Amino acid sequence: MATTEEIRTQLADLVNDVAGVPVEDVQLDKSFVDDLDVDSLAMVEIIVGCEDAFGVTIPDEESKNLKTVGDAVAYIEQHS
Amino acid sequence: MALVTSKGAPYARVMGLGAAVPSRVVDNAEMCTYIDSSDEWIQQRTGIVERRWVSEGETVESLSLDAARQAIAHAGLTPSDIDAVIISTISHLVQTPSLAAIVAAKIGCTDAAAFDIAAACAGFCYGLAQAESLVRSGAATHVVVIGAETLSKLTDHHDRSTAFLFADAAGAAVVGPSETSAMSPVVWGSDGHQADVIQMTRTWSEAVDEGKPSQVAMAGQQVFRWATGFIADATSRILEASGLAPDELDLFVPHQANNRITDAMLRHLKLPETVTVARSIKKYGNTSAASIPLALVELIESGEAKSGDTCLMIGFGAGLVYAGQVITVP
Repeated sequence: MATTEEIRTQLADLVNDVAGVPVEDVQLDKSFVDDLDVDSLAMVEIIVGCEDAFGVTIPDEESKNLKTVGDAVAYIEQHS
Repeated sequence: MALVTSKGAPYARVMGLGAAVPSRVVDNAEMCTYIDSSDEWIQQRTGIVERRWVSEGETVESLSLDAARQAIAHAGLTPSDIDAVIISTISHLVQTPSLAAIVAAKIGCTDAAAFDIAAACAGFCYGLAQAESLVRSGAATHVVVIGAETLSKLTDHHDRSTAFLFADAAGAAVVGPSETSAMSPVVWGSDGHQADVIQMTRTWSEAVDEGKPSQVAMAGQQVFRWATGFIADATSRILEASGLAPDELDLFVPHQANNRITDAMLRHLKLPETVTVARSIKKYGNTSAASIPLALVELIESGEAKSGDTCLMIGFGAGLVYAGQVITVP
């Protein structure tokens, strides 16, 4: 079972790859949209990337609730 | 007495290509007079700078004729050599007769088999798969495949989710016999459970009853999710089915749906940097069934694609449907 920090690190690499956000900025308290400037299309790609990388399923109705990096990490921890 | 059966060619190949676009350019500045948006937003979200819309005298038929004539000439053939015409279109707004029958006659493909197919943005690759099978089975010798759309006639120009995307064009290919392999097995499929993701706003009878047009509506984020996940995987399967190693691929020509989808596919596919990627959406927008041949013709004309290059194509769209194959550029 991956630790919170391991999931955050892997997610940070994904966000960097998709949206060009520096990995050190991808912290648990950051909002994808408001702090990291991730737009809606990039967010969809990050969700798809999380499904591949962490083996979780994130339905559209759930993805709307993943506002912060911490929300995404918690979802992955609970569902992987 | 045994029935005679047809005997086809050992392989099929694309022999010629053609493309046609309307003369009228609609740039993002004009687009923003129809929708509340900006040039920067449209470019950032789609990569589109301008697109073409038909004007007086230009139709899905005239674009098809233009593209098909170019493809036949490029193949070094004459219309009488063509014995089948397949058109993929959703823009020929009568149920019957088919656009293919009309185009075949007007080009001079006398007595050619002719039919339309409905496979939306995957239509060109669906048509190529059919043409390849017809040539190899012996049912036809030279097949013209056309993808043609005038989506400007089927789009609500004030719809912020579609107005800036869809545009008009036609692209065509001639498929004929070959002594060597030049088209890989098609990888294709459909998922009608997602039929509502891209659909028309009403049936034709409802349009008549309500006095309102039927137009293409799209749930953009759902399409994006499908395209960047499932379709990116399908693209890997096409390459695998072709038997080519990634570094043997010269060109990647995905349906020009959105540059952001192409970007996401590339992150997924990790193709070598030597592969040239089609980006004609910048000049022509999303032209549905026409986008792949249009993009390939543009690469040939610019010198970025040359005869003998290997080209991976993938079409995907309403249905949902998808199809793709690797071809050798004529």
